[in-house]
Amino acid sequence: MKIIINGIEAEVPAGVTVAAALAHAGHGATRRSLSGQPRQAFCGMGVCQECRVRIDGQPERLACMSLAVEGMLVETLA
Amino acid sequence: MRSADVLIVGGGIVGAACAREYARQGLSVAVVERAALGGGATAASMGHLLVVDAEDGGDASEFQLSQRSLRLWQDWLDESPAHAELAEHERCGTLWIAADAEELALAERKCAWLTARGLPAELLDAAALARLEPQLRPGLAGALRVAGDARVYPPKVAAAWLQQAKVQLIRGEVTAIDGASLRLADGRTLWGAMVVLCAGLASQRFLPPGCLLPKKGQLAITQRAPAAVSHQLVELGYIKKAHLAHEDTVSFNVQPRPGGQLLIGSSRQVGRSDAPLDLAMLRRMLQCAAGYLPGLPELSLLRCWSGIRPASADGQPLIGAHPELARVWLATGHEGLGITTSLASAELLADLSLGRAPALSPAPYAPARFVA
Repeated sequence: MKIIINGIEAEVPAGVTVAAALAHAGHGATRRSLSGQPRQAFCGMGVCQECRVRIDGQPERLACMSLAVEGMLVETLA
Repeated sequence: MRSADVLIVGGGIVGAACAREYARQGLSVAVVERAALGGGATAASMGHLLVVDAEDGGDASEFQLSQRSLRLWQDWLDESPAHAELAEHERCGTLWIAADAEELALAERKCAWLTARGLPAELLDAAALARLEPQLRPGLAGALRVAGDARVYPPKVAAAWLQQAKVQLIRGEVTAIDGASLRLADGRTLWGAMVVLCAGLASQRFLPPGCLLPKKGQLAITQRAPAAVSHQLVELGYIKKAHLAHEDTVSFNVQPRPGGQLLIGSSRQVGRSDAPLDLAMLRRMLQCAAGYLPGLPELSLLRCWSGIRPASADGQPLIGAHPELARVWLATGHEGLGITTSLASAELLADLSLGRAPALSPAPYAPARFVA
């Protein structure tokens, strides 16, 4: 299955979350802290809020709580 | 063997302020804390440093304590440029929002009262308010602006004060106070020349019944907001509601955090000291906030948490000699104002306990008032 991460197509396994898809595609960070440090999914269960990304134009979506679907546009702030 | 000259129970903002003050007098200080330093009401506060007026002609003791304390805050900030940075101090000012003509009249009275005392305050009409804070809903009547008010992050301040006092930190729970000695749950005994009880609500264990009561509050924090709010925004109705003793209330109180997140308050539940979030109250609080800031529901909430204000039975803190125990001194019952009033409370307690002439009249805060 293909999704588009920051404008670049990535092949990811079907049925995974966006957080898993990002990790699979080698993206080590989803966002940056106020001081510029990279952040990525820590808890994987919707609590830590570190995996927030823009999905299909919607900001602040939790990557770990969203399933990746064919053609999805994912934008990280990292 | 003496553990320290002064044994302080409680490592929150008030205990830390007391530790700093006694250390400045050349005394050695030990602080006993059973949980995280600054992890109680201190961590659940908004860290709003504010002028509290006495425009209604009532008791001026809250005004005097807060004024003196703001002076001491400024002194501490002036000591080193590092202090403002570590405290995340920002002089955002307060806008007391008037929703209608009645509240605007109150804003006018408060403005006149503050101005008469040489304190910076200005009245904003609806148009000026909308220019300053365009995120607020249209149709508000105006606001009182107190530009000198500020915001800090209290747990970091408490940690800094404890560090500056070079305290000996003792992890444990106090089970008994006997003169100037403390017994801990693990069997240890600490000896000092005096005990200073600053354990917030937990101080009640060592007080006559009914001195302190819990007032639960809740806070929520958003993602970094794309459209900024620049002042701490508080509805003028807050003051009316804060003193309603027998019903649960919410009021609009939103603070901009460094980086643009919004910290949203506030709620009050008298007599409640349980920690879990009360979702019905949280919803009411958020609806209230969204009523003033219509863009708020667009934002994600990252966290919500609760805290318990240590309120006293008459709304004034207990600062002074313990009503029954010799060589035990109290600084507790600061309810929702302890961040602002911590330093003046510590100064007053040190004055009283070390036999110096106090800068403030101590009578309104005397714990003995609860023992008739």
